[in-house]
Amino acid sequence: MKPAPFAYKRARTLDEAVALLGEHKDARLLAGGQSLIATLNMRLSTPSLLVDINGISGLAGVAHKNGKVEIGALVRHAEAERSELIAKYAALIARAMPHIGHAAIRNRGTLGGSIAFADPAAELPACLLALDGEVEASGPQGKRTIRAQDFFKGLFETALGPQEVLTAIRVPAAGKDTRVGFAELARRHGDYAIVGLAASARADGKKLSDVRLAYFGVGATPMRARKAEAALASGGVEAAVAALDLDPHDDIQATAKTKKHLAGVLLRRVANQLLETR
Amino acid sequence: MGDRSLDISLTVNGEKIAERVEARKTLVDFLREDLSLTGSHIGCEHGVCGACTVRVNGEIVRGCLMLAVQCDGAEVETIEGLSDSGEIADLQAAFEQRNALQCGYCTPGMIAAAQDLLKRGGVPSRDDIRAHLSGNYCRCTGYHAIVDAIESVAQARSEARAKGR
Repeated sequence: MKPAPFAYKRARTLDEAVALLGEHKDARLLAGGQSLIATLNMRLSTPSLLVDINGISGLAGVAHKNGKVEIGALVRHAEAERSELIAKYAALIARAMPHIGHAAIRNRGTLGGSIAFADPAAELPACLLALDGEVEASGPQGKRTIRAQDFFKGLFETALGPQEVLTAIRVPAAGKDTRVGFAELARRHGDYAIVGLAASARADGKKLSDVRLAYFGVGATPMRARKAEAALASGGVEAAVAALDLDPHDDIQATAKTKKHLAGVLLRRVANQLLETR
Repeated sequence: MGDRSLDISLTVNGEKIAERVEARKTLVDFLREDLSLTGSHIGCEHGVCGACTVRVNGEIVRGCLMLAVQCDGAEVETIEGLSDSGEIADLQAAFEQRNALQCGYCTPGMIAAAQDLLKRGGVPSRDDIRAHLSGNYCRCTGYHAIVDAIESVAQARSEARAKGR
């Protein structure tokens, strides 16, 4: 199908984008467009105005500062995939990148867009949660920082206000003892996952602590499996699988029972990645 | 308020174009309907099938997931341009020789994606080729012949580079 008619405006500054969102209650921000334009084409979304934020400067860099990696909202997946800073200090995000869509999608799609869209089966929201990262947003009241655990509110629902623009994400820069793991199962490489798992931990030899397991594709938001995290930290991969506290629902891809089983399969794979000595 | 139609100027296959387009028009519809460049095909219109793959500023994109108005000032290359320049002549010949197409609907997107991988140089593994083409559906061939064709071109180009050295 074709999109319903809409008006289009290039915002030159963040303030202009925020103001336009205030003036037009049903306006949508256009960043990479790899989810938005699909929904426009299917007329699942019929905004009166698209505010193109691609020309706003200052939203496109990757930086390592104050112990954190900051990734601008307009950094495209393909850039993140090639970034040496992200590979070194935010390796979980680097590992997730090849699973996100396909080359042509990653050339356009942005990290900020993916986080703000908050698809429950998408990789990046789970990575942000696993890394205990945060989101920076700008709105009429100025800037604020929102922790990942408070950001994902529900199905495609975030803590962003109607006039707020996500400007960057930040994750703690990895140290020597940081371990990360990532795995997902999808029907076709690059499709949204049936179930996926992004994980981080601190390692002291074979001993793990601060284990964070963020599953995606198993609920309305990325989900921590806290009992499994505790079990994995106290030593047992199989104990962690047995303790998996997830409650997925049937969806178009798989039954709840299958998803639960696959979550265990992924946990074994990811636990192995976390325990790899470096 | 923005406009429902905008003037854009861009380069398509080396030719300067200035047109007025509706904001809602996707790049692939603009190429096909306004410029009669019908080599870029439309399959799913939501980014899944890859039939509309074209190059914008040197990088492959989904023609259905980009608006024509976003291409103001951009350099767009379609299968017609890639074909005319000779850049993909060896891929086209290999696809024909190895029966890497039947109905041909996916072929322009498939070749654009393949060339995107091969222009990085080297000989990619069959797994790398499959991963790079994962966003391009073919409903006829079962992909095997397509991977064969791309692999043979990668090898031939690599040998030609070695000889040229």
